[in-house]
Amino acid sequence: MRILVTVKFVPDLQSQRSFTDGAVTRTGDDGTMNELDENAVEAALQLKEAAGEGEVYALTVGGDDAVAAVRKALQLGVDHAIHVSDAAIAGSDVFGTAKVIAAAVRKVHAEAPLDLVITGMAALDGLTSMLPTALAAELDWSQLTLASGLTVEDGTASIVRHLPDAHETLSAPLPAVVSVTDEANKPRYPNFKLIMAARTKPVTTWSLADLGVDPATVGAGAARTVVVDASPRPPRENRVVVTDTGDGGTRLADFLIERGLA
Amino acid sequence: MSTVAVLVESREGVVTQPTFEALTLARSLGTPVAVWLGSAPEPAEVARLGIYGATEVRVVPTGDDARVVSRAAAALGAATADAAIVVLISTFVNKEIATRLALATGAGVVVDAAGAELVDGRVETLQTVFAATWNVRTRIESDAAIVGIRPNTTQAQAAETPGAATLVTVEAALPETREAIVAVEPVPASDGVPLAEAPVVVSGGRGTGGDYTLVRELAELLGGAVGASRDATDEGWISHEHMVGQTGTTVTPALYVACGISGAVHHRGGMQASGTIVAVNIDPDAPIFEIADFGVVGDLGDVLPQAIARIEDHRRG
Ligand SMILES: Cc1cc2nc3c(=O)[nH]c(=O)nc-3n(C[C@H](O)[C@H](O)[C@H](O)COP(=O)(O)OP(=O)(O)OC[C@H]3O[C@@H](n4cnc5c(N)ncnc54)[C@H](O)[C@@H]3O)c2cc1C
Repeated sequence: MRILVTVKFVPDLQSQRSFTDGAVTRTGDDGTMNELDENAVEAALQLKEAAGEGEVYALTVGGDDAVAAVRKALQLGVDHAIHVSDAAIAGSDVFGTAKVIAAAVRKVHAEAPLDLVITGMAALDGLTSMLPTALAAELDWSQLTLASGLTVEDGTASIVRHLPDAHETLSAPLPAVVSVTDEANKPRYPNFKLIMAARTKPVTTWSLADLGVDPATVGAGAARTVVVDASPRPPRENRVVVTDTGDGGTRLADFLIERGLA
Repeated sequence: MSTVAVLVESREGVVTQPTFEALTLARSLGTPVAVWLGSAPEPAEVARLGIYGATEVRVVPTGDDARVVSRAAAALGAATADAAIVVLISTFVNKEIATRLALATGAGVVVDAAGAELVDGRVETLQTVFAATWNVRTRIESDAAIVGIRPNTTQAQAAETPGAATLVTVEAALPETREAIVAVEPVPASDGVPLAEAPVVVSGGRGTGGDYTLVRELAELLGGAVGASRDATDEGWISHEHMVGQTGTTVTPALYVACGISGAVHHRGGMQASGTIVAVNIDPDAPIFEIADFGVVGDLGDVLPQAIARIEDHRRG
C-alpha cells in the first residue's frame, strides 16, 4: 500500500489568526499542521498497518515555515516527507495549489505507483473543502470525498459518507483521491521515539522547476480570485452576563422578548 | 443584463428556502434562470421559482446520476453555458460541484459567501473567516464567476414583477465516472426547519447530560431547529446532522441559544456569525460567554423551564 497524505501548515486555531496583505498570516510561532489532516495521516497509517507493508508520504506546499507540517506528520509515523516550496507559488488559489500538488503526486507516482492520496476534509484556515476535488480532477483519478469510513480491497476503495440528506456508500478503482472527515478515526499522539527520530529524518524539498510546473500557471498572477479587503469583525457590543439567582430564566426570556426574538 | 444561473436545491420535490435566497441574490447580479437537476419539477414549484425571479427553469434530466459530483457538474455546465455567473448554495457537495465546473469553464470560485455584488463589472463576495472573527471581501477576476452562498445570509424576497418561468429541458451528455454509488440510505427529514435554514437554533451540548427535552421544547417554542455540539453527537445523544461547527453545519440564524456548550473554537466557527447569541452555562468562565450578547450563569435545568414559562406567559398576553 503506497499512500501520499497532503498536510497543510495553518495558523493555530487557538492563536490570534489574522490577514496580512490579503493573505492568511502564516508564521512559524503560531503555525501548525492543520488539525483535520491528522485524520488523513491516521487513515494512511492504519491502511499501511493493516496491509502489513507499504510507504506513507506526507506532502506540504508552502513557505519555509511550512516544513513544520511535514515534521509533525513524521512524528506521527509517516515514512517520507516532501516540502514543495517556491516563491512563485505564493498567492495561488485552490486551482494553482492543486496543480502544484498534482505535479508532486505524479513525480512520486512515477517512481513507484501510489494507491491513494488522502487529504483532510478541510483546512481550518480556509475551510473551502475544494482542494480534494480539484486534485482528483487534475490527476484524473477517482474522487472519494468526505469519507467517514474508508476500506481498500482488491484495487478498489470504498467509502461511507454522511450527507445531510443521505448516508452514501461509494466505491471506485485505485488510484483514488480520498478526503476523510474527523469522524473517520481518532488520530494517534506522537510517541517519544518518533519525535526524536523525526528531528533527523530528511525532508525532500522540491521547487516548481523540479516538478516541471510553469510558474506562470500558479501563484497570485494565475489566481482567479483576489482578497481585496480583510478586517477583524468588531466585537459584540453591550454584552450582558447575569448569574442565576432564581430569576435567570425570566431575565433570559425578557431579553428575547425585548429584542423581538420570542 | 447577463444571465445568472441558480442551482436549485429541492427536498422531496419541494424547492428549499435557500434557493429563494439565492434567486433573490441572483436578481441583484443579472437575469436569473434556475437550473434543476433530476426529474422534472411539479408546475407549482416552477411557479414558485418564477415568483422569486427565475425567467426560466432549465431541467437537466439526470435521474439519480446527479449524486456523482462530476456528473452533476457536467449537467450544471450544460445548462449554464450562457451564464456569466452561477450561484449555488454552499453545501459540502455543491462546493465540489462548483470546483469541477470551474475547472471545466475557467471560472473563479468563492464558496461560503455571505453576500455578493457587482463592482465595476466584477463579482465581489463577502465572507467571514477564522471562526467568524474576520470579514473578507474577495474579487473574482475571471469573466466567469461561481458563488457558493450560505443559507440565511440573504433575505428571500419575491421579485417586484414576478413572471411565469418557462420550463426548458436541457439534454446533457454525462461523463462515465469511476465512482459508483453502492448504496444510498436516506436520512429521514427532521421534523421542523432544517438546521442550516432555521431562523432560530437552540443547541445543547455536554451540559444537557443527554436529555434534550428542554432544548427541544425551547426550539419548538421559538420556531427553531435543534443543534448540538460535537461531544453530544459523539455521545450518540443526538444524530450527527444536528452538529453545529466547523466540521458540522455552519449556521447564521437571527438567534442562537447555546445550552450547556463550552464554546470551543471548533463550535464557535459554525455559529459565531449568528445575529443574537444567548448562552446558558453553569461555568462563569466558559468561553461561550465571550461571544454571547446575553448570558446566564446557571443550571440549564433551572433556567430553561423558567424561560419557557415566561415566554408562554408573554404570548398569552
Ligand atoms: C478536528 C476537530 C473538529 C471539531 N469540530 C467540532 C464541531 O464542528 N462542532 C463542535 O461542537 N465541536 C467540534 N469539535 C469538538 C470541540 O473541540 C469541543 O470538544 C466540543 O465542542 C465541546 O462540546 P461541549 O461544549 O458540548 O462540551 P464541553 O466542552 O464539555 O462543555 C460542556 C459545557 O456544559 C456546561 N454545563 C455542564 N452542566 C451544565 C448544566 N447543568 N447547565 C448548564 N451548563 C452546564 C459546562 O460548564 C461546560 O461549559 C471538534 C474537535 C476537533 C479536534
